[in-house]
Amino acid sequence: MSRLLLTRLLEAVPVLLISAAAAFALGQVAGDPLAALGLDASAAQRAAAAARLGLDAPLPEQYLRFLWAALHGDFGFSIRLARPVGALLLERLPATVELAGAAFLVALAAGIPAGMLAALHPRGLAARAVMAVSLLGVSLPTFLTGTLLILLFAATLRWLPSFGRGEVVALGGWSTGLLTGSGRLALILPALTLGAFQAALLLRLVADGMRGALASGHVRFARARGLPPRLIRRHALRHALVPVLAAFGMQLGLLVAFSIVTEQVFQWPGIGLLLVQSIAAADVPVMTAYLVLTSVLFVALSLLADLLALAVDPRLRQGRGG
Amino acid sequence: MLLSVTGLSIAVAAGRAVDQVSFTLDRGEVLALVGESGAGKSLTGAALIGLLPEGARLAGGRLEFAGVALERLAEPGWRRLRGRRIGAVFQDPLAALDPLARIGDQLVETLRVHHAASRPRARRQAAEWLAQVGIPAARARAWPHELSGGMRQRVAIALALAPRPALLIADEPTTALDVSLRGQVAALLRRLATGQGTAVLLISHDIASVAAAADRVAVMYAGRIVETGATAALLRAPAHPYTAALLAARPGILHRPDRLPAIEGTMPPPGATVTGCAFAPRCGRADARCAAEAPDLPPHGAACWHHD
Ligand SMILES: Nc1ncnc2c1ncn2[C@@H]1O[C@H](COP(=O)(O)OP(=O)(O)O)[C@@H](O)[C@H]1O
Ligand code: SF4
Ligand SMILES: [Mg+2]
Repeated sequence: MSRLLLTRLLEAVPVLLISAAAAFALGQVAGDPLAALGLDASAAQRAAAAARLGLDAPLPEQYLRFLWAALHGDFGFSIRLARPVGALLLERLPATVELAGAAFLVALAAGIPAGMLAALHPRGLAARAVMAVSLLGVSLPTFLTGTLLILLFAATLRWLPSFGRGEVVALGGWSTGLLTGSGRLALILPALTLGAFQAALLLRLVADGMRGALASGHVRFARARGLPPRLIRRHALRHALVPVLAAFGMQLGLLVAFSIVTEQVFQWPGIGLLLVQSIAAADVPVMTAYLVLTSVLFVALSLLADLLALAVDPRLRQGRGG
Repeated sequence: MLLSVTGLSIAVAAGRAVDQVSFTLDRGEVLALVGESGAGKSLTGAALIGLLPEGARLAGGRLEFAGVALERLAEPGWRRLRGRRIGAVFQDPLAALDPLARIGDQLVETLRVHHAASRPRARRQAAEWLAQVGIPAARARAWPHELSGGMRQRVAIALALAPRPALLIADEPTTALDVSLRGQVAALLRRLATGQGTAVLLISHDIASVAAAADRVAVMYAGRIVETGATAALLRAPAHPYTAALLAARPGILHRPDRLPAIEGTMPPPGATVTGCAFAPRCGRADARCAAEAPDLPPHGAACWHHD
């Protein structure tokens, strides 16, 4: 088991190196680090600054230096805000993590029971309604879902705020909105928006998995042994969740990716909104750091998913094959 | 008499797949149901435990089991019988066990569902059952994928017999196993079942399994039973030409039931229009009468105009 984990960790290294290289290349192509000097800087001034910043070194050396700095959380200064990029991202990260976490809970709470329902009573009215709604959930773009929710719950009913994060409380270095009433209210619409797509996806995964499990030989044998429906459902759900767990890492990663749109719709002050604002201002260091940070997140989440899948399915623990 | 099946018919989309099948089973008796693939054996077994697959439905007949009319049971009634009074093992031992649960836990779960025993007591019983089927108690913590096919099927047999049902449907319990193991596993099944008074409907392609385990044999062809008899007598001196051909083609049936047509020609599928004896196109003894008139099955013997 630890060997499998080790292989996974080793596989993660090239993935991270490649995405870091992509982020570095983006900086090379999109940004001019000397832009801050202004247009009337002389060639000599530019050359001096370039030498000071190490920009006259060969590209591979610059890349290594970039990696080394990134390892220490040093991504340089934001052009737009004139602050260290690392600190800026860390400041915004809690908002995104809380949003993605809440959206994931929404997806679990809606997707799993609805998926079970759709698989257990495939011809029932409820199951058909659920499948139709899920189709809508999969095909509606996030910004549309968000806008519709705002129109209904914020603009028309005036139950919930349509933007911002409400009041936040600092817990050590972490700013949380979960401890204040306004913070919790502000979280609802963005979490629903971001979770809707995931819920629909999860529903479909669970329904497919349950249908497969219910038709399998071991469930038929469990029926023949007289196990009650409650236990049969539990068996089938466990099997349905194996592929869900395998997809779990990617799903959470996608939540972070989709949060860009949601954060923009709701002006949610997370790293997604920061990215959008930085793109508009051509703030390349922030964009680079965002790319590196999200690829680290992706890799960490898929490692976590692998661990969970290993814990649930003994066949995977046996190593390759078998 | 434990089970009396009279005129059982099962319809699939194409037509009748089981047609007017009748047989009886006594307490502790083992009846083998043999015949080529597609004869209707599995559907017959599935009907007896209320697990007909989608697309197949009961189209007639009386199924009387210990005073219960099975043909009238709805799902809640079936749930009270399944496992506890009527059990089943199926062909594929790889697919029968839950791959996500240890074999000991699967036994414990089954025992507790039926006998509401305390967990320690169920654990003890599970260990005893594993010992009965020749699996060391230490392997209770094994996962299904860690066991050989033969061991898995023996676990499945223990799972089906543990609630001490009065009737066990064993649908090709040895077909997926290595040839050398089949007779052995069938004999084990018989010993454990009859030892606790469980009657068995043993569906099998495999003559060695039948010889090792069955008291009586019923031969099925195209949805009907064409011959019944005591095992030894029927194997020694088959009366129906189909039974004789089946025995003569033994290696073919044994090894590649689906690939080598053991007997020239094919069995008519459900819904095919058949006049006269359904075996006539493949039968060396067929004559004009066979082609015109279908023979009936006498209480003991063969449904054939020209049987031995
Ligand atoms: N669920 C089903 N839907 C439609 N046809 C079926 C179904 N199950 C079995 N049949 C058909 O009924 C016939 C008998 O099948 P089965 O009882 O499985 O045969 P056996 O077990 O003797 O090989 C076959 O022709 C098969 O194709
Ligand atoms: S009735 Fe005729 S065709 Fe049918 S098995 Fe007997 S001899 Fe053959
Ligand atoms: Mg069959």
